Amino acid sequence: MGPAADEGLARRLRALACTAPLHDLDARKANLAGEYSVYGMAEIALAAIDLITLNMDFDTGADHDQIVARLVPRVAAQAPQRPAEEHERVARWVLENLINVGSVDRGFRAVYGTFAPDGTYVRRDYDFKLIEEVPGPGGSIYLRTTDEAVNVLVGALDTDVTSAQIAAEVKLDVLISRGRLADAQLAAEQARYRTVQYSENLRRALEATRRNVRAVDWLNAVPDMIAEALDHVAERYRHENAILTNIRRARDESEDPEHKRRAAELVDIVKDCIRRHTQLQARLLEAGPLFRAEQDRQAFAAPSATSGTDLYGHLLAPTLPLPLEQAIRVTDAFFAHGTGLRTPVSVRMGDLVDILLTPPVEREHLGAEMPEPDLIATPDDSRFSEEQLAAAMELLDLPADAPRRLSGLLAEARRKDPDLPYLVALLAVHAASPPVGTAYRQGEEKLLFAVDDGTELDDPEFGGADLVVGTALLDAAGMAADRTEAA
Amino acid sequence: MTEPVDRSEPEAADTPSTAAVTPADAADAARLVAFGLQPKLQPARDQEYTDLLRRYREDPPFARLADAVAAGLGLVVLEVSPRAGMVVTAAEGSVFAVRMSDYARRTASDSTDRFLHGLAHLAVAALAFPRPEDLADDGYVGRVTVNGVDSFVRQACRRLEERAENQGENTDPATDAPGLEAAWRVWARRSATGATKDARRPATSTTGIVAKALAFLADSGFLQRTGDENGGTYRTTARYQLQVRDMAGSAALAELLELGIVPVTDGSPSLLPAEDADDLELVADDGLPFRS
Repeated sequence: MGPAADEGLARRLRALACTAPLHDLDARKANLAGEYSVYGMAEIALAAIDLITLNMDFDTGADHDQIVARLVPRVAAQAPQRPAEEHERVARWVLENLINVGSVDRGFRAVYGTFAPDGTYVRRDYDFKLIEEVPGPGGSIYLRTTDEAVNVLVGALDTDVTSAQIAAEVKLDVLISRGRLADAQLAAEQARYRTVQYSENLRRALEATRRNVRAVDWLNAVPDMIAEALDHVAERYRHENAILTNIRRARDESEDPEHKRRAAELVDIVKDCIRRHTQLQARLLEAGPLFRAEQDRQAFAAPSATSGTDLYGHLLAPTLPLPLEQAIRVTDAFFAHGTGLRTPVSVRMGDLVDILLTPPVEREHLGAEMPEPDLIATPDDSRFSEEQLAAAMELLDLPADAPRRLSGLLAEARRKDPDLPYLVALLAVHAASPPVGTAYRQGEEKLLFAVDDGTELDDPEFGGADLVVGTALLDAAGMAADRTEAA
Repeated sequence: MTEPVDRSEPEAADTPSTAAVTPADAADAARLVAFGLQPKLQPARDQEYTDLLRRYREDPPFARLADAVAAGLGLVVLEVSPRAGMVVTAAEGSVFAVRMSDYARRTASDSTDRFLHGLAHLAVAALAFPRPEDLADDGYVGRVTVNGVDSFVRQACRRLEERAENQGENTDPATDAPGLEAAWRVWARRSATGATKDARRPATSTTGIVAKALAFLADSGFLQRTGDENGGTYRTTARYQLQVRDMAGSAALAELLELGIVPVTDGSPSLLPAEDADDLELVADDGLPFRS
């Protein structure tokens, strides 16, 4: 067998190894406490990899709990008669095993053998991960699928980014016009992967600039790339909006509920594509100022007389390709001379004797006894009672499409309780400038508002404007989507 | 770099016979060295420290006395200046030296972990001073973050992986010779982070290792923590620059030369190697599902 064939064999062995953790799940489920053989673990695992791949965001990854939550319906469908806690436990078990939580590297290792060029047989370790945990902003942890996982899942996509995207979208157009929505969804998802990929590359170029302006060709390459990317964004906007209109029509006109549902999903995907283009564009706009600021900082500074060591070029870069046993000598030397000093702790014999002879402090398991707090009942000096508040809220619980005048509300309140109008008036005035932004961010679904349209209030007890009081509905779902995007 | 003074040299021989050294002088010199042993102490914050620093600069016999005290204790004087204070560091084999096994317990038994901890320190320095000018420029203040260091090393590893792939190399190590595994693979293989029960970074993950290095350096007065963004944000101090420039960089370089590796660059920054211009092309990169 020639070396080329052997290499192909090694490649296939590695590909095969990537599927092993999935088979392993089904093989090991029998060892779990409980009767889990009813679950198709490999299916759940593939679904998990799918979900994470689709939910991987621009900067971060997919949220652990969200993935579990989305995985549960499939698990539940496999064994509907089982309790919900078990479904969640199974989903978590699968996810944790895909991450391989128990191992130090949180990865998998497969051993395979190849023939070296000199004809000797060498056993090699192949290390891979399927799902990796990456740090997100604020110390949170996100999940990402690795190249290996996606290659197992989706297969080779060895093509140029730009042309592949165009191809995918042309395909999408055709598919929709022929009414083949199932295929259209697949193509749209592929288009989304490529969009993310495109953005990520731009981000990388900008980050390199931040580190060293001269490492990036700002004379030709980057401006060209930015121009190209801006063209790309403009074109995609047009294209995807056209697609959106098309699918929306397909969604609204289609009689088949299955088609309707698929088209609705497709609308979401294309909307997501557009959202990602907006992100890309925002980053493109940052590029110019960032370059100028870094140029000022890096290039126009007075050159220093002495030249320092190029830590990356002279040290780090040559060290990384070395075999571990040699590289460790370099890193050890750097560590020994780069960590500075620690003042050693010295112990006096006298102190030591004292410390050793001191009996350990008895620690009460429950701590010291809490003194009984001496509570004094504070007089209830609230202006309005709980019942009054409840009555007022009930009165103000208006349907979104039917706002009311304050005068009418006050009159109705007065019929129930002579004190109630004061509370209603207070709440209405409070609603005159409602904190929309806060309510939106907190995911409220509706919000009480009051508007002055110039009409004067005609009331025996109150004066001022006869406000129009109503309920506004907030797009809580949209907010949640925005929030995940911002995260 | 200040050469460590020969320790066996008696102190009296170091001072000229014209000015006799009084015990008070010796006490002052030792006090200055003691200030140097508190690396987080700012000279400007302490009047006595400032005075002793001035005396060191203006009174050469006193300076020699302080140097001798430091050398006798097993310390190397890197710089004495109003901005950085009395910058001393541990000489080889000194009681003040930081031993890897004290630094992280796992490293005693596991050479992989030892390498990762050492590499983390090297990477922190490389990212804190990305260009040779930055290391040479006394006024430069570098900024590093935990996540930044990790992704920087991973990026370098990925380049090597791609290079190996292009050359058709099989980088999977032989099962019975783990010491021959390429160094970059060790970092790339280790997970970046992980979910734990108490919501802390696993200490064995690469971000955990980097965070430990940064916290340790901050404790040594080499870095100052400025925030929690990106896993922890730090800026460098003058002490760190001196330590890396005068001690660590040359020591590691000497080791590399001993291994027969002579890094040749033209003196221009090489943080992004020039031949890697295809970095700008729209090729799939890390964290992404596809690679083209």
